[in-house]
Amino acid sequence: MKTWLDAWPVFRQLTGPDPLGRGAAARSRATENVVSRTATADRVVQSVCPYCAVGCGQRIFVKDEQIVQIEGDPDSPISRGRLCPKGSASKSLVTSPTRVTTVKYRRPYGTEWEDLELDTAMEMIADRVLEARRKGWQDENGGKRVNRTMGLASLGGATLDNEENYLMKKLYSAMGAIQIENQARI
Amino acid sequence: MTSISSASPAFTGRDPDNRLFGPLPDVQGEAGYDTDHPARVGFFTDTSVCIGCKACEVACKEWNTLPMDDSHGVRDVIGLSGMSYDNTGQLGANSWRHVAFIEQTRTVDLPTPTFGRPGDDRQGSGPSVAEGQNDDSLATAQQSGVLNAEALSEFDPQTGQTGSDKQIRWLMSSDVCKHCTHAGCLDVCPTGALFRTEFGTVVVQGDICNGCGYCVPACPYGVIDQRKDDGRVFKCTMCYDRLTDGLQPACATACPTQSIQFGNLEELQARADARLATLQGQGVETARLYGRDEDDGVGGAGAFFLLLDEPEVYGLPPDPVVTTRDLPSMWRAAAAGAAMMVGVVVSAFVGRRPR
Amino acid sequence: MAECHPVGFQWVAEAKARGAKVVHIDPRFTRTSAIADLHVPLRMGTDIAFLGGLIRYVLDNELYFKEYVVAYTNAAALVGEDFVDAEDLGGLFSGFDPEHNQYDEASWQYEPEEAPHSGSDDPAGAAEQDRKEQDPEIKKTDKAQAAGSGGPPIPAKPKRDETLQHPRTVFQVLKRHFARYTPEMVAEVCGIEPEVFLQVARWVTENSKRDRTTAWVYSVGWTQHSVGAQYIRTCSILQTLLGNIGRPGGGILALRGHASIQGSTDVPTLYNLLPGYLPMPHAMQHATLDEYCADAAGKAGFWGNKRSYTVSLLKAWWGDAATAENDFCFDYMPKIDGDHSSYRQIADMIQGKIAGYFLVGENPTVGHPNGRMNRFGLANLDWLVVRDLQMIESATFWKESPEIETGELAPETIATEVFFVPAASHAEKEGTFTQTQRLLQWRHKAVEPPGDAKSDLWFYYHLGRMLRERLADSTDPRDRPLLDLTWDYPTHGPDQEPSADAVLREINGVGPDGHAVSGYMELKDDGSTTCGCWIYSGVYADEVNQAARRKPGREQGQVASEWGWAWPYNRRILYNRASADPDGKPWSERKKYVYWDEEAGRWTGADNPDFEATKRPDYVPPDGARAQDAIGGSDPFIMQGDGKAWLYAPAGVVDGPLPTHYEPAESVVENALYKQQANPTIEHIEGPWNRENPALSPVFPFQVTTYRLTEHHTAGGMSRTLPYLSELQPEFFVEVSPELAALRGLTNGDYATLVSTRTAIEAKVLVTERMRPIRLRSGQVVHQIGMPYHWSYSGISTGDSANDLLGIVLDPNTHIQEDKVSTADIRPGRRPRGPALIDFVESYRRRAGVGSGRVGVNGRDPVAAEAGEGSQL
Repeated sequence: MKTWLDAWPVFRQLTGPDPLGRGAAARSRATENVVSRTATADRVVQSVCPYCAVGCGQRIFVKDEQIVQIEGDPDSPISRGRLCPKGSASKSLVTSPTRVTTVKYRRPYGTEWEDLELDTAMEMIADRVLEARRKGWQDENGGKRVNRTMGLASLGGATLDNEENYLMKKLYSAMGAIQIENQARI
Repeated sequence: MTSISSASPAFTGRDPDNRLFGPLPDVQGEAGYDTDHPARVGFFTDTSVCIGCKACEVACKEWNTLPMDDSHGVRDVIGLSGMSYDNTGQLGANSWRHVAFIEQTRTVDLPTPTFGRPGDDRQGSGPSVAEGQNDDSLATAQQSGVLNAEALSEFDPQTGQTGSDKQIRWLMSSDVCKHCTHAGCLDVCPTGALFRTEFGTVVVQGDICNGCGYCVPACPYGVIDQRKDDGRVFKCTMCYDRLTDGLQPACATACPTQSIQFGNLEELQARADARLATLQGQGVETARLYGRDEDDGVGGAGAFFLLLDEPEVYGLPPDPVVTTRDLPSMWRAAAAGAAMMVGVVVSAFVGRRPR
Repeated sequence: MAECHPVGFQWVAEAKARGAKVVHIDPRFTRTSAIADLHVPLRMGTDIAFLGGLIRYVLDNELYFKEYVVAYTNAAALVGEDFVDAEDLGGLFSGFDPEHNQYDEASWQYEPEEAPHSGSDDPAGAAEQDRKEQDPEIKKTDKAQAAGSGGPPIPAKPKRDETLQHPRTVFQVLKRHFARYTPEMVAEVCGIEPEVFLQVARWVTENSKRDRTTAWVYSVGWTQHSVGAQYIRTCSILQTLLGNIGRPGGGILALRGHASIQGSTDVPTLYNLLPGYLPMPHAMQHATLDEYCADAAGKAGFWGNKRSYTVSLLKAWWGDAATAENDFCFDYMPKIDGDHSSYRQIADMIQGKIAGYFLVGENPTVGHPNGRMNRFGLANLDWLVVRDLQMIESATFWKESPEIETGELAPETIATEVFFVPAASHAEKEGTFTQTQRLLQWRHKAVEPPGDAKSDLWFYYHLGRMLRERLADSTDPRDRPLLDLTWDYPTHGPDQEPSADAVLREINGVGPDGHAVSGYMELKDDGSTTCGCWIYSGVYADEVNQAARRKPGREQGQVASEWGWAWPYNRRILYNRASADPDGKPWSERKKYVYWDEEAGRWTGADNPDFEATKRPDYVPPDGARAQDAIGGSDPFIMQGDGKAWLYAPAGVVDGPLPTHYEPAESVVENALYKQQANPTIEHIEGPWNRENPALSPVFPFQVTTYRLTEHHTAGGMSRTLPYLSELQPEFFVEVSPELAALRGLTNGDYATLVSTRTAIEAKVLVTERMRPIRLRSGQVVHQIGMPYHWSYSGISTGDSANDLLGIVLDPNTHIQEDKVSTADIRPGRRPRGPALIDFVESYRRRAGVGSGRVGVNGRDPVAAEAGEGSQL
């Protein structure tokens, strides 16, 4: 009976120290149960902001294998926990509903995208790389040995990891591709 | 044994404890929290260091998962506002932080703040007032804490190379709910949806709000707002949920230059007073605190500001008054009226003859 | 900085709170200007004049840091008698070859103290390499950048005059060169008041030398010019004269614009570089490993070990196949022989010379100048692979681009196969970014990527695996490099994600004992060590991922050495031996940083010394010393061949040994300093799709600059697609002054059309006093238009693309485009639509007297278009 009565704000207002019913007496069930999703996260992962080159530290909160919050990492001596609007939008970036998460394929002279399995796409790309490499191959140019292909080119963004850039340069060089560029030129 | 309180000014028509108006040293205690409640917290927004980056707006929306302004995420309804870099326009149900951008052009001096801490030795680190006008026109310009090059041209009209001899000042300020000591929204809320938290902040409880909208006109700042496709009202919660986890609100956490400072309100007030003194000492006479004064119309705000110009310039009311200030006198009048009504009704019954 | 690097700006704000003066030099009044002590609104494209004025002010008023300059720079070196300065040749230096628009640097050399290369192991080879450097074909390939952190070879030890009085000392040459950069000239060229200039000069010089330092910060606002490298040179000269390099609170800080753009240069996906700024082998220069390393043979400093770095790289790539007998597979390395940079590639694509193209997190049809030319390039490929998070415009050019609207492109004519292969985000993979101060920070993986999205590490690892499998039975020697490649990274998880950790360890390098090396000093040229990027060597020292260290900043000193890892050797300020005087003592107590501890017999201080730890300050290299042993104990600039900072560059900068003010390629103003209007060595790419607005053309009377806004990111793929950022800047707009608005009838909030010889675009107009016209002494008024460049047709926030308006002319040192200054016309209202747009722009081209921009099918010129479809390969 008492509990039932206590759940009734007017009773609390009339009987408690909050006669105007503007504070303690007005607290709802949801308010009493409020919890920060930083507190309920399964884990917090330390990361780095993907936008500009300041390199602000980020803390990524994960719950049920979903990212529930990304905010500044106060441990970072670079950023001291702060983020700009872009960095603050990182959760939207990663969880964006308009992210394309399947392969899209446009055939020659096609007017629409088509769906493609990732494995199929990889096979097709590998075939085309070898073909382009062959077509553009030069043992020599102007009488000098060059040992390369001019058939393919690559342009990377500058949000690539060092490890990714390294594998790219290594693989491209091994296949003889030299027209390898990056946003760093731009 | 519980006893029914009759202390409410709503009942008594009197407000000796400043429950509706005037200074109130312990807002949480007044709202029924035990004496060991946490200290009242707030925001001190120092606009003199605001760089207008809007991290506060985005961090707020990310944490509180607010809708985009048109609620559909398709295209911004406002479009380019044409008002400097402000495309948010105002605080609303979906925008709990709003950075105002004010471009000012004057042909006269506009003293601008230099960063500084009280007691710092300014010698050798730039011009000071003490150096006086011993040099040339330039020293005069420096002395006034000049912001940009255009201002200097005024002191040497002969050269006149610039296309205009105007001086530009670009003010930026992140506005937010004031979390008033006397919050009109809270006072008029008939459902108890709005409440005072143990931190002294004012928060809407979404599970209670029925969308009556009484609070909307009750806010002297025009902060609280109804969400169109929802009906309920929304505004800044000062990240009540984060506070329960010992974190700062999302906006203050993100703010790169600490223009938005969160903390114990009394400490923030002291910090703000010192900052104001520093700026004024540097000749920034237009600097002022807004919402700091507990004798103002809302009993002082939980979120207050250091401004560099008149509040109206930033779109803030110059003299906000809690709409329930006159509630006790209204109640007295209403009570008298009600008593009269009761008397009339009673006499009507009394005077009625049974058939 | 507040605009584009807001969180970095907190340190500027903090410095300001401690009394530092903040000066913002920018044509545009930005959020940085708003809280700077002084905003200097110089005319766009005039920074060298401004900085040159500061250099003159420093020299004329004897405000340079004398002890520093004499000891640590080449100020005392004598320049050879053949050198003729731009002062005496109307803006050209000696050695100009008008046929190739290039310089021969021979006449820029020092006067040698002794015969060249006396200390060289292979003097003939080195001399031969030096001679080849001047070949026009080699020059085109970007040798300046290949010299990178090492500095180009200098053929001889120069004669010196420590009094700096000899008229041919670098110091005196410098003085004469900058003599005409007076405050009045600066005011005239830059369009600012002389008092403003003098104020900056006073603040900069008062806050430099023993007790104080001044820092300069730039972003691509400096690099994206036809004289971009020289902008930075000018600042380097100023900072060196003031003793602001290698010292705390000093330096020139490049604020780079992407999370790992520094890393993308260090571990380059750039055509002219191998990891660690080793040059890509050149067909005319580097037939063998010996030839490749010959220039380092006699070189002092750490570049003297080029052979060790190179052999270790070859061993990392080709493992056991690389032996001393086969030159460590040096021949496997493909060779370059010209400019193969990004914009050349686009031109080649239009001509059908390139079949396949990978775009990996890049959106060139929006982010690069001349979007139309870029789209024509893509339309002439056989296939295109796009890896990104969102459906960016570079993947949809074939169905939605502006040229589809004009009819210049149509899906029915475009044969390009397009694969959009979704990428993982930064939170869905692990790896390192290198931020703007060379700091590597490891990201831990938070969650799995959604759907078919995969990391680029995954994509390239598996692509390589598949290629190798397909070629496994090949006997073609061309396939050996692929088949012999070390490609056995451990994988994990259901998707067989390769281990980024293992890749980082390979980058670090492994010693003969099979353990990770602790740094590049351990690398050998005998094939016993491996190392994927020598400057990163040490990032996996002690078998620990040093980049993943995260000791909280508040628990560390100011330098925070235990957060992440900076190359080289976790040194946070480069050349920090210069923070001590020649004897190794701090220049001042206030600026104490790294200094010699006589008792301990080593360098010590707040940072790791960027110097051999136990090399005494009084060390004098013995005769015949090489590499680092040839660097004296008081020579802090250990990557330079002479250990000195260069006030004058006798080699390595292709457009002059000293910076010179030239007007931008597209300028409405005549060069007030020299007869030579623009950089004579500018690189042009010609075609109907890349017409240039003539300088001083009344048809294109206004200057335009492009920039970013805080609320958006580069080409917009990571911001226009997000609601919270889109609503903050919801549409493409341009900023104009009230004066220009009145002149052209533009209304705030309405549309305007901007026109160039490339195309016409429309934008909303923001009329603001923050943009200002500049009235020059001649009476000419220069109107400037500001264009943020984030937009295109996709996403939530949309508009025309600013970069479509711009053409492509390149800095000859870097092949970076000049997009910070161009010209255009502006008029009220929306642009013509459909084919009418082509006629509209063509009418402007006609009036300006430039060639037609009309193109044939898919952007090819009509003749080529008739020749056939698809690639010509």
